[in-house]
Amino acid sequence: MTDPTIPSTSLAVESETLVIEAGRADRHYWRDLWRYRELLGFLAWRDIKVRYKQTVLGVAWAVIQPAVQTALLTFVFGKLAKMPDGGVPYPMLVLAGLLPWQLFSSAFSGAGNSLVGNSHLISKIYFPRLIVPLSALAVALVDLFVLLVISLPVTLAFGVFPTWRLLLLPVFILFALIIALGAGLWITALTVKYRDFRFITPFLLQIGLFATPVGYRTDFLPNWRELLSLNPLTGVVNGFRWCLLGTGMDLYASGLIMSVLITAILLGTGLWYFRGTERQFADVI
Amino acid sequence: MPNTVIAVDGLSKRYRLGHAARHDTLRDALAHRLSAPWRWLRRSRTTEAAAEKPQDQGPAVGGPWSRGPSPEDFWALRDVSFEVQRGEVLGVIGRNGAGKSTLLKILSRITEPTTGRVALRGRVASLLEVGTGFHSELSGRENVFLNGAILGMSRTEIRRKFDEIVAFAEVERFLDTPVKHYSSGMYVRLAFAVAAHLEPEILIVDEVLAVGDVQFQQKCLGKMQAVSRDEGRTVLFVSHQTDAVRALCDRCLWLSEGHITRDGDVHGVIRAYMDSGAALAPAAVVGARGTRLTASTATPTADGAGLSLVLEFESASVLHAPHIGLVIRDSDRRPVLGTNTQMHAPVQSASPSQRQRVTVLIPFLPLHGDDYHVSVYLGDHDEHLLTVDEAVQFRWTPPRPVLHRPPLKDIGPVNTTIEWKFLTP
Repeated sequence: MTDPTIPSTSLAVESETLVIEAGRADRHYWRDLWRYRELLGFLAWRDIKVRYKQTVLGVAWAVIQPAVQTALLTFVFGKLAKMPDGGVPYPMLVLAGLLPWQLFSSAFSGAGNSLVGNSHLISKIYFPRLIVPLSALAVALVDLFVLLVISLPVTLAFGVFPTWRLLLLPVFILFALIIALGAGLWITALTVKYRDFRFITPFLLQIGLFATPVGYRTDFLPNWRELLSLNPLTGVVNGFRWCLLGTGMDLYASGLIMSVLITAILLGTGLWYFRGTERQFADVI
Repeated sequence: MPNTVIAVDGLSKRYRLGHAARHDTLRDALAHRLSAPWRWLRRSRTTEAAAEKPQDQGPAVGGPWSRGPSPEDFWALRDVSFEVQRGEVLGVIGRNGAGKSTLLKILSRITEPTTGRVALRGRVASLLEVGTGFHSELSGRENVFLNGAILGMSRTEIRRKFDEIVAFAEVERFLDTPVKHYSSGMYVRLAFAVAAHLEPEILIVDEVLAVGDVQFQQKCLGKMQAVSRDEGRTVLFVSHQTDAVRALCDRCLWLSEGHITRDGDVHGVIRAYMDSGAALAPAAVVGARGTRLTASTATPTADGAGLSLVLEFESASVLHAPHIGLVIRDSDRRPVLGTNTQMHAPVQSASPSQRQRVTVLIPFLPLHGDDYHVSVYLGDHDEHLLTVDEAVQFRWTPPRPVLHRPPLKDIGPVNTTIEWKFLTP
């Protein structure tokens, strides 16, 4: 070929060759994920904007639901079952457990529905599909902040004052998000393949609300403690209580280590399964 | 070869329709797996009987757990090779199901090829749809940013071109209005404007000009021409409108049944395409859940005033509440009449089935004489399964000829009983 007749001024800069072959998509995956980070931001921003724009009740929803749940769980576990509170006002105990649960469940179900909900994008545009469940996490995070800001005066009213431990809360928020991502990756990839997983998600969440110590404390249940620690959210809930409720709360280190281990497995296998099925998404969605 | 921007070599894509379609739910997948050994036993005992039953064509038998080579494997592309040089505008034509969309999807990295290789030099932007990711609740301004990001522009890039995009779309006054209040024309203009301001080295465009008014289409074509001619960008353009392809492209690729039938000078290829009649032949499209939909030729009713059609669908799984519709379009692809079994409830209601014939009768078709196309579609409950564009085409001759008829593009296709009277002064 002779000298190009068209001046290739700026073209040369980005003229790298992209090769498309079966099974080749993996090569640039993580680099692409970084390149598409702005899209991640935009998708999250779109979902947040739409969520708080569409309904006047947008913010109210984020509040009413946990308020009712707190009252309900306080009544069931605190009043009916008379579970021990260890000197902490029972509503506070529930609220501190509900915050991470709320974060997890909205991130998890958001991620689970995200691919099917964005199927029009998946079938028309290339981007690392991981962006979609990741953006669902961002939405859940914003909901959590709304909830945190609103819970603050309530906790003060109950005579619970924040301590330096509050500074460690972001660690447990991140922890909850990683669990939600690991579980969410599984469920989202399965939902694309088998549509009836949409109906399984709420069912799992219902079980999860009780399998996670949202309405009760684990430190007064010595026989169940190990078993409950198999649920990685137990570590997160204990962490949230430890950060928010101050003294008298036990972090239960061995349980926490268990939570971290299980989370690592969940995230690892979740990524593996998601990446394995991802290339077929556009064909089956 | 520094000038080759796109090199496609031996590209093939296989879809596994049977499996993908059948196990849409975990319940079905489990049921299928669990019953597999039993089915295999039963089938091997009565092989002849099973072979005679046409609706029992499951995957070929290779053992109790084997999936085996399925007769429903479908090669959307088969060994396609071509090269595109920098600054070239390549048109791709072919009837529905020829593999055009699959080719574009592979080039845009939406789906992976089964075999073969593609090398692309430079940034690729693909426009397979106008307004991908537009959200109706968001304002025009917000959608420009969102859509730009989806198409691969950076935030700073969008900000830099924002005014230009808005001016091109002619929607300055409605920037802060949610796009759900936009007219369809405004919506398309804004969406195309974003896409037109992408600056990729390779632009892949599918069928997007089919929407929007003629004037704006011209503007878009002009913009795309400028992009290729003046800025040395490479464009891959797929369209049904052979006129648009002819106007824009130098070279044309004709795909049929996944193969390249012809590749060469745009005029020669389009002439051959039109002459072959392929442009008019009914398409073999397979939709979700392995559905197919065919339509008989449209026959005029006995009195010549109406039209009847027979449609037939078959599906890999039972459709519980099948519904069928059709849209008649004029020769410019403008819809003139649409009907479906939900708008106009059928005389006899649909029963759950895998295969059914449906007749539709339009006793009086108020249209001027012209060539028309019928697109048909099939759904189940609220799920859309497939659309066959231009499944049938027919030339309509109204029973009562019209005397002096202006061109249809000026008066529209409707031809109904009309009485004029000059009143005495």
